[in-house]
Amino acid sequence: MRWHKLILVALKSIARNKMRSLLTMLGIIIGVASVITMVALGEGSQADIEGEVASLGTNLLMVRPGSVDSGGVSGGAGSRPSLTMDDVARLEKYATQLRWVSAEVRATGQVIAGSNNWSTTITGVAPSYLSIRNYEMERGSFFTARDSKTRAKVAVLGKTVADELFPDQDPVGARLRIRNVPFKVIGVMAEKGQSSMGNDQDDIIFAPDNTVLYRLSNGKTIHDISASAISSDAMESAKEELTTLLRSEHRLATAAEDDFIIRDQTEIVEIATRVTGTLTLLLSSIAGVSLLVGGIGIMNIMLVSVTERTREIGLRLAVGARPLDVLAQFLIEAAILSLLGGLIGIFSGLSAAWGVGKLLGVSAVVNPTVVLTTVLFTGAVGVFFGFYPARKAANLNPIDALRYE
Amino acid sequence: MSTAQISLSHICKVFSLGEVEVRALDDLSLEIGRGEFVAIMGSSGSGKSTMMNILGCLDTPTSGSYRFDGISVETLNRKQLADLRNTKIGFVFQGFNLLPRTTALENVELPLLYDRHRAVADPQARSIEALQRVGLGDRLDHEPNQLSGGQQQRVAIARALVTDPPIILADEPTGNLDSRTTLEVMALFQELNSEGLTLVVVTHEVEVAKYAKRLIELRDGMLLRDEINAQPRNAQADLVTLSGEMSDALA
Repeated sequence: MRWHKLILVALKSIARNKMRSLLTMLGIIIGVASVITMVALGEGSQADIEGEVASLGTNLLMVRPGSVDSGGVSGGAGSRPSLTMDDVARLEKYATQLRWVSAEVRATGQVIAGSNNWSTTITGVAPSYLSIRNYEMERGSFFTARDSKTRAKVAVLGKTVADELFPDQDPVGARLRIRNVPFKVIGVMAEKGQSSMGNDQDDIIFAPDNTVLYRLSNGKTIHDISASAISSDAMESAKEELTTLLRSEHRLATAAEDDFIIRDQTEIVEIATRVTGTLTLLLSSIAGVSLLVGGIGIMNIMLVSVTERTREIGLRLAVGARPLDVLAQFLIEAAILSLLGGLIGIFSGLSAAWGVGKLLGVSAVVNPTVVLTTVLFTGAVGVFFGFYPARKAANLNPIDALRYE
Repeated sequence: MSTAQISLSHICKVFSLGEVEVRALDDLSLEIGRGEFVAIMGSSGSGKSTMMNILGCLDTPTSGSYRFDGISVETLNRKQLADLRNTKIGFVFQGFNLLPRTTALENVELPLLYDRHRAVADPQARSIEALQRVGLGDRLDHEPNQLSGGQQQRVAIARALVTDPPIILADEPTGNLDSRTTLEVMALFQELNSEGLTLVVVTHEVEVAKYAKRLIELRDGMLLRDEINAQPRNAQADLVTLSGEMSDALA
């Protein structure tokens, strides 16, 4: 048997019943398209989350005050104002697993510049905060350690704030008042866009930590400590070190619970990827089921086809086709039907993923492995579900088949 | 003995239909030599179809031995039987059995699709040649529904000829044809036979059998009659006569 002839015969028979072939393939097309779409969108949003988390900072560790526990009633995270600048100083002095440490002191207030005003958050941080959080400057410069020491009244604006307060002029060098305290603008941050939670990361003003602490806040407690571990492998040891240093600074008894909480980005990544991973798996298995249904559709049509073509099979056997030739003919036909459906499905899946991704603002990642696996799988579906009808055809008795009406 | 193309000895074929046993062929012995033109006759149920299936290696006898070209057919497996049918036997059926929506040329090419030993270098050229031989060189791209019954049967004959087999088995080849196309087919058979091809035609029409050189009649699976037809009719001549009568009638 000449293989290319066999494939040609299969293609011809598919082309002969175009509508039927298309309907048969529809199950496979839908199945494959949904698998491709789901996986592309799932991987895309996972990549988005990873990128976003990476943009939060390199090897970022965040320390927040713990909860107040009075008489068995917990006040929730952050309710105990446990962190101070002394903690930061101690970490800077003794920590070996941390590259950078920065306090975060937050104050909210009305900001006035000329005839414009805007309400926003003023965050007091150390100069190293830029490196910890992977921020970049657009114009001007960030403040220095000296500014922090002297509680200098300098501010660096987020993009949104800069646009609101200084719509027509370069903010660098301009003056503004935060809660009646005059500040000088020394720089503007590069745009960071929305976070995954939907809040505007550019609606912010940075000022030196001590400036905010003593001029805008209570002068005692700080809200967070952001730190950067020396490497991604050192995350765990950095956490331990942070705990030890903070516990001794806070003079906690051995039995006492931590009065602070350390979070790192791997937890955020883990949770996010677990959620998207579960979703992808779930949706893909639904898609897999529809692929199975599509396969059964192919089997059904192939059985009809074998019955319809009984005389043809009889003739082929009579003029010298071996049973294996007939088996191969129908298997190839089923595989081609299934593969063709798979290819159409891949293309519609890719365009659907692209379209839906555009619509929802999620990137679609095309994984060649997934595409290849899908192609192989649909081929296998065709062969698997085509086998029973094909074997039925091959086992026909030529005499009976020739006489079949 | 050894020159015989087909040699059946003590062939029995028994079908069991539940409790009942039907002896379709009962101790049949027969030889057909090269270049013969044999008509096998008999009423329905006489066993002629069963005999045809066995001759065509589509079925195997219950007992007895069948030698085709010196090969013991009963020792062959399904694959070998398929190869034997492909290379040594051409089939012509009553219902033509052409593939629908497939051109005459592709229909004729069909057996060459299974030409495992690549005996034919250019299947398409060979198929065109076969169609030209049956006078359909100008109908290569016609599909069966665009051809008359006689033309369809000639396509089927071309398909039987395409592998260049030594023998053609025809099962009621004229059963679906009118008298004129019947004559055309018989004339083609006589022509092929004169070129050395062995022909075995199963028919229940006495008129058709008269064109063969040897008549075999079966009854109840046994040989009733086996005789040489000393003066077979000439189908070509009858065709001319028929045309003459037709034009006389019209005139």
